[in-house]
Amino acid sequence: MRTALTALGMIIGVAAVIVMVAIGTGASSSIQAQIRSAGSNIVMVTAGSGGFGPVRQGQGAVTTLTADDAAAIKQEIPGIRYISPGLNTRTQIVASAGNWNTQVQGASAELAAIRSWPAQFGSFFTEDDVTAARKVAVLGSVVRDQLFGAGTDPTGEIIRIKNQPFQVIGVLTSKGQAAMGQDQDDTVIVPFTTVQKKLMGVQHVTNITVSAENGVALDTLSDQISALLRTRHRIQPGADDDFLVRTLEEMASVLTSTTNTMTYLLAGIAAVSLIVGGIGIMNIMLVSVTERTREIGLRLSVGARDVDVLMQFLVESIVLSLAGGAIGIGLGFGISYGVQRVMQWSAVVTPAAVMMSFGVAAAIGVFFGFYPARKAAQLNPIDALRYE
Amino acid sequence: MNAVISTRQLTKIYDVGEVQVPALRGVSLDVAPGEFVALTGPSGSGKSTFMHLLGCLDRPTGGQYFLNGKDVSKLGSRELARVRNTEIGFVFQGFNLLSRTSALENVELPLLYAGSIHAAERRERATEALTAVGLGERLDHHPNQLSGGQQQRVAIARALVNRPTLLLADEPTGNLDSKTGIEVMGIFQRLNMERGITIVLVTHEADIAEYGTRIITFRDGVVLNDTAIEHRRIA
Repeated sequence: MRTALTALGMIIGVAAVIVMVAIGTGASSSIQAQIRSAGSNIVMVTAGSGGFGPVRQGQGAVTTLTADDAAAIKQEIPGIRYISPGLNTRTQIVASAGNWNTQVQGASAELAAIRSWPAQFGSFFTEDDVTAARKVAVLGSVVRDQLFGAGTDPTGEIIRIKNQPFQVIGVLTSKGQAAMGQDQDDTVIVPFTTVQKKLMGVQHVTNITVSAENGVALDTLSDQISALLRTRHRIQPGADDDFLVRTLEEMASVLTSTTNTMTYLLAGIAAVSLIVGGIGIMNIMLVSVTERTREIGLRLSVGARDVDVLMQFLVESIVLSLAGGAIGIGLGFGISYGVQRVMQWSAVVTPAAVMMSFGVAAAIGVFFGFYPARKAAQLNPIDALRYE
Repeated sequence: MNAVISTRQLTKIYDVGEVQVPALRGVSLDVAPGEFVALTGPSGSGKSTFMHLLGCLDRPTGGQYFLNGKDVSKLGSRELARVRNTEIGFVFQGFNLLSRTSALENVELPLLYAGSIHAAERRERATEALTAVGLGERLDHHPNQLSGGQQQRVAIARALVNRPTLLLADEPTGNLDSKTGIEVMGIFQRLNMERGITIVLVTHEADIAEYGTRIITFRDGVVLNDTAIEHRRIA
């Protein structure tokens, strides 16, 4: 009973470490999976922050990025499969049944291919629609749900964006949350030319999404795009870019390192409970040494050396903490599975986490068992025998 | 003939805080092989202290102690453990058996500390020792399933299993009724006579002492009397 309670400290500690690491690992792997679902071969060009001297105007404030830049990139740089210049505006959308405030994304017809985003109903708009700047809209599933009701097919309906009628020509399948947490389905996609001419009255775009052919090195591609845009924008050598070229891989690695930090933090907190468990073991071992003083005396009197007694108690404490550790690993697996099922988080128990907590359990057994064991080994045989 | 035990001016002083309590004030005596010595004396006379020194369970403050011709009063704790394991068998008043292990495992205990002895040989020797004390039928019994006399016989088997030259017994009959006490003394006598094992036994019961061949009486940390028994009792 008492031994079981002691081992419980160990069990909880090890289980906590495993679950925390599992959740952390699961989070970072699901982030990576999401970024991969957004397209792993994507290079994003965004208009840079403008302004002179100390005044910085924030990302997208520069109006030098244009659809012609996108055309030039596609034409002059090899290895590009799809390209989509875009600009966004946030506005209220009104349909006969309701209204909803959302992001209106201007894009080219190739965006659907870049993001491998099929339509649930209807279809994506065409190159023709873009050239003619037609007032057609493709709805994300969240917007469809809000305006027309869940699961309905609103193709052919008319919605009003900034008081102008747009025909709904398609609904996209649900893609879920993006890596940054925003809902990718809460959007309306229209031709970027329509946004430029009909909604905002501007000539520039704020971003260009580039999708590379398979096997093209994204780093090289980014460099080529930068060089081309610098030439086209006539940026002097040494001057800052007025745009920003990023690959999703880079964004992924930033996010991954963030979640890793979180994982270490959680594991660190869980490790504290491991140490508390270790102190519990030391406590029980000290009690055990006291209770078994006469036994120790007897063992010494029949010829046990101090190292024999030391080893006996050390082994006992290691067995105790390893048993606790083993049960804790089992419990950790169970809890991770439960978290996965109940909270819909992905939790991945890695062999490394299991090995590490088992190793730490053994180390704690040695570390916290050593003092009581040494205390036992240093007993004088006759004092131990006479102990009442 | 070389003495099994030979002490020269052996002293032991206990430090109790600021006071120093002398328990032994210089004891010199020799015990020859095959002797059966009973140490007697009132409590506080130093007989038990002397016994612990003989058993290498404690170290003398001064003087010399030769066991089988070797000066063990200067040995380190590892060497003393070796001496206790191979040359001395110890029987206690309170039996001191491990309660959660069988009689056989209790007897095997000294062999575990003796170094590389195979499990099969340990078992064989422990069985042999238990048979020698008449417990060959109760190898797998646990101490709480045995009577006091049987427990003490397990303890004697444990003391014998490493084939020591010297058997030390500290009030071995103290926790037993007189009948089982005599049975236990019979075992000691048989071991002494048939195997020639030297036995030193502490007792405060005069009749128990008479099973031996020699009585040494202690008082105030010195030997008061040292006499051979002419008419030895036979158990």
